[in-house]
Amino acid sequence: MAYSEKVIDHAENPRNVGTLDKEDPNVGTGLVGAPACGDVMRLQIRVNEKGVIEDAKFKTFGCGSAIASSSLATEWIKGKTVDDAETIKNSDIVTELNLPPVKIHCSVLAEDAIKSAIADYRKKQADRRAAAK
Amino acid sequence: MAIQLPIFMDNHSTTPLDPRVLDAMLPYFTQKFGNAASRSHSFGWTAEEAVDVARERIAKIIGAQSEKEIVFTSGASESDNLAIKGVAEFYKDKGNHIITTQIEHKAILDTCKRLEKEGFEVTYLGVGKDGLVSPDDVKAAMTDKTILVSVMLANNEIGTVQPLEAIGKLTRERGILFHSDAVQGIGKVEFDVQKMNIDLASLTAHKIYGPKGVGALYVRRSKPRVRIVAQMDGGGHERGMRSGTLNVPGIVGFGVACQIMMDEGKAENVRLEGLRERLLGKLKGALDEVYLNGSHEHRLPGNLNVSFNFVEGEAMMMAIKDVAVSSGSACTSSSLEPSYVLRALGVGDELAHSSIRFGIGRFNTEEEIDYVAELVIAKVKHLRDMSPLYEMHKEGIDLKSVHWAAH
Repeated sequence: MAYSEKVIDHAENPRNVGTLDKEDPNVGTGLVGAPACGDVMRLQIRVNEKGVIEDAKFKTFGCGSAIASSSLATEWIKGKTVDDAETIKNSDIVTELNLPPVKIHCSVLAEDAIKSAIADYRKKQADRRAAAK
Repeated sequence: MAIQLPIFMDNHSTTPLDPRVLDAMLPYFTQKFGNAASRSHSFGWTAEEAVDVARERIAKIIGAQSEKEIVFTSGASESDNLAIKGVAEFYKDKGNHIITTQIEHKAILDTCKRLEKEGFEVTYLGVGKDGLVSPDDVKAAMTDKTILVSVMLANNEIGTVQPLEAIGKLTRERGILFHSDAVQGIGKVEFDVQKMNIDLASLTAHKIYGPKGVGALYVRRSKPRVRIVAQMDGGGHERGMRSGTLNVPGIVGFGVACQIMMDEGKAENVRLEGLRERLLGKLKGALDEVYLNGSHEHRLPGNLNVSFNFVEGEAMMMAIKDVAVSSGSACTSSSLEPSYVLRALGVGDELAHSSIRFGIGRFNTEEEIDYVAELVIAKVKHLRDMSPLYEMHKEGIDLKSVHWAAH
């Protein structure tokens, strides 16, 4: 299968690979996918007091398109508010990376990873508020 | 010597034509273009003579008693289809049961599935985690209705070499026909239709540095005389078993490819096994969590199928894009299912997704092996640095204990 130039660029020069401290209350972690399915994405966000995602990191086990989808996702969400980041759709990723039909699940996984990281962050914040009361 | 990129290390998918084969073929496209079935003039006779020489060479490499036992086809898929459908149709009054294995090529498996729809019963034998079929399992599966056993010589993905001699003893005792898809192993490992009691065998030229588009089916003519029903109707070529004008240049090339294998195969196989061990040694020496898929001992000399745990196969192939290899990863198949061969071995899906098949061949050099080893080691490390699974593994998390949301 021929890859689009953007997929190759992200896969060869992935942006924002790394790990944030998952114990940090301002960090949300999303871990989606399964090894048996051939792709696992971990996407992490660090949110500041204004609700803006000031850093995002990922690690992905998966094909080039999965790596590219998660790399692009971190690029897009950085600097966005949590609420804005949540509106990113997998179809936006498909369009940007020019993914073929057989790779659409990679973009779905990236959307899930964003949503899952945000949900984790919100849960941590809610738990903290509950503990403070 | 400088390394030329890209490097072809996928010699189970196909092989480059040996230049000596090409030289032998060329006159048969132009001056010697006759139809081997033309009996009335010298153009036809010249073509027929060339075909006869090739037929003898092919018969010889598999230990056939007569060149008349070689039926030319378009390739191994056609040979597999002709063998299985041809036997099933001819012997259907004798029985309707066929035994094969779960790791056969799709040309066997899908042919068997079609026959199942037509009322045949097929037993698909499993293999051990070494990728080998047990002759005891073959014996246990035989019934009074069994007309055919089909077991490949060497597997195309993991290169495991099956115990055909032991299976052939069993089929001969019971008077059951024995077919083998021998495509991957000819000239590379021992194959002798007499010694192994093989009644039908599928062969192809392009896996042994011959041209694509030409293959053969060995059909035993005595003890027992095997009968098949033709699947292609027409001019009655190939003693009525396969109609169609012979691909004379291709057949000439096939014959020369076999002759080169007979002359040089022994030394070549020693060299290839040395290269394979060199590659495996380097990879295992530099990386943890590297698993060889299938038996190490009973294996094609040029085959190395390994799983680099925590690294997905397609990403790996993309990372080493100047080296042509293949993977059992789902992402490389249109079905999104990982390799059925690795599954049959009991390799977990996660390791199947991480498998890479190196197929080392005649034209690969030691320099290329060293280059590939170094590149693969660097890229596995790089991809593991971005693999959440490798990080979890290093933290001591048992990945099997994690509740994954399957998608």
